[in-house]
Amino acid sequence: MNNMPLAYGLAMILFAVGLYGVVCKKNAVKIIISLLIMENAVNLFILLIGYRKDGIAPVMVKGQEASEFASMAVDPLAQAIVITSIVIGLSIVALMIAIAIRLYDRYKTFDTSKMKDLKG
Amino acid sequence: MIELILFFKIIAAIIAIESKNLLSAIVSLGAVGFALAIIMVFLNAPDVAIVQVLVEVVLLVILVRATLHRDLTDLKGKREFFVKVFGIVAVGAFFLGIAWGLISLPVFGSFPETAVSVAVPSEWYLAHGLRQTGISNIVTAVLLDYRAYDTLGEVTVLFSAILGAVVILRKKR
Amino acid sequence: MSEIVKTITSLVMDAIAVFGIYIVFYGHLSPGGGFAGGLIISFLFILLFLAYGQKKAIKRLPYHFIRRINFVGLLGVFVLFILAVYSGVFELSLWKGQDFSLLSGGIIPPLNLAVWLKVGAGIFMVFVTLSVFRSTQDE
Repeated sequence: MNNMPLAYGLAMILFAVGLYGVVCKKNAVKIIISLLIMENAVNLFILLIGYRKDGIAPVMVKGQEASEFASMAVDPLAQAIVITSIVIGLSIVALMIAIAIRLYDRYKTFDTSKMKDLKG
Repeated sequence: MIELILFFKIIAAIIAIESKNLLSAIVSLGAVGFALAIIMVFLNAPDVAIVQVLVEVVLLVILVRATLHRDLTDLKGKREFFVKVFGIVAVGAFFLGIAWGLISLPVFGSFPETAVSVAVPSEWYLAHGLRQTGISNIVTAVLLDYRAYDTLGEVTVLFSAILGAVVILRKKR
Repeated sequence: MSEIVKTITSLVMDAIAVFGIYIVFYGHLSPGGGFAGGLIISFLFILLFLAYGQKKAIKRLPYHFIRRINFVGLLGVFVLFILAVYSGVFELSLWKGQDFSLLSGGIIPPLNLAVWLKVGAGIFMVFVTLSVFRSTQDE
């Protein structure tokens, strides 16, 4: 407990900033921006967990022993998952922006509290 | 070093959420993304850093194109009191739950001991990746060989999301 | 855009194309791969689009052609996966070359190429959809 990781805590604060934006803002574009910040924080947290101190990148160089490489490189699985997550995030943002543009064409505003048909 | 850039990231995120102008909010979001790319270089992840920089550039172009010529000012009027209270309560509850989980996490930078059940396949990939797949970039080996079904699903999701955007934005006859 | 932007774009375009293709073909030896290469190639066309205006860019790369490439990339990924599953070449290879050489890795370089086509066409299609459709509607 004496060496509570500061980086983990900061990533979680970033996630909380995004959460506040999603709940409390009423501009549609601001909500999309907050969701992007949350996604950034989660990707960062996954990469932080896979870090090894004084490690090397998981790309082998010619003439390197496999066992020596395996004892030095950082986590490759976390990086692969984060690449997939980033590209999926881009396509989902495109879909969200398309919906926001359609809503703007219909209501002439980005204000979500003025969109009467969306009220439950 | 990483913590310093993270402080900068948090400040940029707060500016992006609280600024009055929508265009400056988008630019601040770009600052958040590029800071993440710098952190990835420090974390020994060159593959992910390349993808993050490119995605951020495309994202900014798309966001600016989408909000251009629309009203860029922030909206007047306050949110309801109940919603604001609910937001603060949600963030507080989130921190209570997270503090309990963060204590049990190991020290930053000790990868193989991070989470016992997760680190076993990673070490297997590192030790046997070159012999089994014949390629030296282990990240690509995981992406396209060991966990290839993830990539198949990812490509399908990309395809259907683009199809959805095209269908939503098509012209009315 | 102004004349400076057009000139710089025409000078830089070839270098961007070479870099994008390099990063795909060496994706199994160095950092990079299908996702990064596809994004670079799509960004080349986005640059063309922004510098020269949409009419000239669409004339050079028609929209139905992009859509066809998108389908071809998806089809290629599916076919290569089915091939890989049914013939069991995930571990073994079509050509098991020397390690650390360009022609090695079996199914992975073709799969990289298919992902490259899919991602490049897809991202550019997102951009064209979001910009072309709304500008025709505002008029």
